[in-house]
Amino acid sequence: MPVEGTFRRHCSMPRTSESQSRTQTGPRAAAHSRNMVEMRGISKRFPGVLANDRVNLDVAAGSIHALLGENGAGKSTLMHILSGLYRPDSGTMKVEDRTVSFASPLDAIQAGVGMVHQHFMLVETQTVAENVVLGDHRLGFHMDPSAIRDTVAEQGRASGLEIDPDALIWQLSVGERQRVEIVKMLHRGARLLILDEPTAVLTPQEADTLFDRMRGMAEAGRTLLFISHKLNEVMALAETVTVMRQGRVVDTVPQSQVSRRELVSMMVGSPVLFDVAIPPVQQGRKLLSLRNLTVENDRGQTAVDNLSLDLHQREILGVAGVAGNGQRELAEAITGLRKLQGGAVVLDGFDVAGANQRRMIDLGISWVPQDRQHTGTAPNLSIQENFDLKRYRTARGGLFLDRSGQASRAAALLAKYGVAAASRHQPVRLLSGGNLQKVILARELSTELRVLVAESPTRGLDVGAIQTVHELLMEQRSRGVAILLLSEDLQEVLSLSDRVAVIHSGRIMGILPRVRADADTIGMLMAGVVPAGMPT
Amino acid sequence: MTGSTVPGVVPASRLRLRLEAREQPGLPTHLAVSLLLLLAALLLAGTVMTVAGGNPLDVYRSMFGAAFGSRWGLNDTLIKMVPLALASLGVALAFRMKMWNIGAEGQLLMGALAASGIALFAVPPDMPRLPALALMAAAGAAGGAAWAVVPGWLRAQFGVNEIISTLMLNYVALSIVQFFVYGPWGERGFGLTPMFERHTWLPRLTDFADQWSALRGLTLHLGILAVPVAIACLAILLERTKFGFEIAMVGDNPDAARYAGVRLRRTMIIVMALSGALAGLAGMSEVSGVVHRLLEHISPGYGYTAIIVAWLGRFNPLAVAVVAFLFGGLIVGADEIQSAGISSLLQGVILFVMVSGNLLIRYRIRLRPPEAMR
Repeated sequence: MPVEGTFRRHCSMPRTSESQSRTQTGPRAAAHSRNMVEMRGISKRFPGVLANDRVNLDVAAGSIHALLGENGAGKSTLMHILSGLYRPDSGTMKVEDRTVSFASPLDAIQAGVGMVHQHFMLVETQTVAENVVLGDHRLGFHMDPSAIRDTVAEQGRASGLEIDPDALIWQLSVGERQRVEIVKMLHRGARLLILDEPTAVLTPQEADTLFDRMRGMAEAGRTLLFISHKLNEVMALAETVTVMRQGRVVDTVPQSQVSRRELVSMMVGSPVLFDVAIPPVQQGRKLLSLRNLTVENDRGQTAVDNLSLDLHQREILGVAGVAGNGQRELAEAITGLRKLQGGAVVLDGFDVAGANQRRMIDLGISWVPQDRQHTGTAPNLSIQENFDLKRYRTARGGLFLDRSGQASRAAALLAKYGVAAASRHQPVRLLSGGNLQKVILARELSTELRVLVAESPTRGLDVGAIQTVHELLMEQRSRGVAILLLSEDLQEVLSLSDRVAVIHSGRIMGILPRVRADADTIGMLMAGVVPAGMPT
Repeated sequence: MTGSTVPGVVPASRLRLRLEAREQPGLPTHLAVSLLLLLAALLLAGTVMTVAGGNPLDVYRSMFGAAFGSRWGLNDTLIKMVPLALASLGVALAFRMKMWNIGAEGQLLMGALAASGIALFAVPPDMPRLPALALMAAAGAAGGAAWAVVPGWLRAQFGVNEIISTLMLNYVALSIVQFFVYGPWGERGFGLTPMFERHTWLPRLTDFADQWSALRGLTLHLGILAVPVAIACLAILLERTKFGFEIAMVGDNPDAARYAGVRLRRTMIIVMALSGALAGLAGMSEVSGVVHRLLEHISPGYGYTAIIVAWLGRFNPLAVAVVAFLFGGLIVGADEIQSAGISSLLQGVILFVMVSGNLLIRYRIRLRPPEAMR
């Protein structure tokens, strides 16, 4: 995605002295006289994707530094390189002014760099103390359990992270387990602590406590670097923010000198619209109405919060938002896969809230899920069978499968949607992403659908396939289908939607008609800020 | 690579084995690889026999002769095949959906118990043979199904691991059978019930010796008719019905199945019930067709062998029945050479070789010099 316009000033990379001097103007500038970490020109390529592209990163000693970016921006890759899990293809790293090259996390921790992963690496049936010293090569053959207990307890007290060294891991809450991970790293001598999305698994109260402890550790002279895609916590906690997008560093800025809105713009870029022909249609009647919908995520936290939306026939309603603001839960709630905590889903005048996936399919709600491989298709079944994943039930034949109908339907769909495959008997796991998406669209659009929920329908596709998908959506719009387009791609939302709703923390921040939906306003709303003068 | 050799010459030490994926292995590949692996297994087991001082060729020859060489041998092999095939088909059905039902043994025992209860207490002496047998078969299937539905329901409702629960229920089932044969239904503490009335016996070939004298002495019972019926029903269920399509979906990707509107819990419970019913039928056919009473050792581990058979038959009904026939022969052949260890040795080695050799079906092995590996 080309980056142009208002935010060009953020894109001067590789950065030089200008921004480096800025990073040192924080509130405790005096304490940050030197850099804990200097990464220069770090690149890392995985098959098919350049995860890090000549990345420079400076982290001042004793500071709290946030690494902000959308999913897939390259944050985790960069941190895995810094913590010794990956080796960079090119580039150099310095830790405390010494040039380092880590072959393993062990090397990293010896240099004072420790990482707390999103998924904890603890032995559930052992005690806290045992976990903390597990794998610590400084221990000899002989272990003195009581001495270890005391050391671990003392370590916890000293860093403000009180934990009972005798507690068994499985008895601990998620927040406490995270504390054990942190103490483990501190015990190993980490002077730089990397935290990968530390609040992802925490309740808001646990997160607040964690923030206090992190501030305390920084006061005590440790350096903290945390990965996040949540603006709130970045603004609340970080002194310096580095924003990444598509494998590159967009900029590094002091938190005090940047607004949420600017951060969002840096995260999502400034989109150039797709060239999509939008046939003029008369918007139809209200078809789907969400009333005060409340939905929880897998961890039991509120993900969709008292949300209301109306969707009309012959309309594409785009939902823009930073990833993880409730989009997935919203889609699953409408399509019957996720239980509602409250609210109503009114389809054509009838409340269908609480209906299961099977009933929703029968009611004409089609769904293009975000996860093509794991939700949208059965990988080892054939193309033909995947076309029929939902249709088989209502096809003729009673208890028996309508194999001949299945075959003729498949042949027709294969031709109509131009799926490039050797035959309709080929398992779908052998298809490319674009062709797999065509199979899903063919299936979802070939029914008597009334509502289409499309989640990031073009993610990871090439330009030609994107064009096809967009045309298919437009065709359905003309046919009278009400389309809810959930996409992390602002470019796509702005190009296709009749109206754009912006979601933030599971709430709709505002709904704009296409003509008034500019990237600036949307960006502010995505950051959770309602611009002055905007009608709500 | 730090190549320091003459160009074009690759030292043998640098040749590497490389696995290359076959795109879609066809039936000829399956058969060829399976045959190859069977030979490898016989070779491996033969090596063990040689080390133990035996002559594997003699052993194999007399085993083969005993199992397949005469109509008496074939009779015995088919008798062993019936419970094996029925239980294996049940196991294969559950495995298709990645429900790891390893409780066929317990389900078989419960089926035998239920059928015996009917035969001993519920069938009036003047009842004709057909309804009596139908009643026993229904009870056998129901007993096996009930024993399988419990872990199926626990898995569907609470996510309880069915491997553990089905395995544990095997021991519970054995204890229950022991309780009945030593206790209330037992005959003088010998671990067996009284003989059933004749009209609850499955007819044997020898019963028709009056019409066809060639059948005299052949003890094969008509329970064997259940095998082709079960194969056909299962094949139709899996390949031709909507429910079979749902099983395929759940087996391949439960999330996609849920997304497609399949009612996962219901599907799991029904599949477990059918799986257990087949094992239960195996138990019924053993008590009614072979021993004509319930005893503690009604199954010499048919339910466990069924897991191996189902696996080797790749959960395909017809292939499973063929493997069951071969394994029936293996049991008879091993009885012949009077060495109890041989049967389990061969079963174990065959399974081991087949399972670890499985990757040969999906990959071919190539010998490549390191330069070409890039």
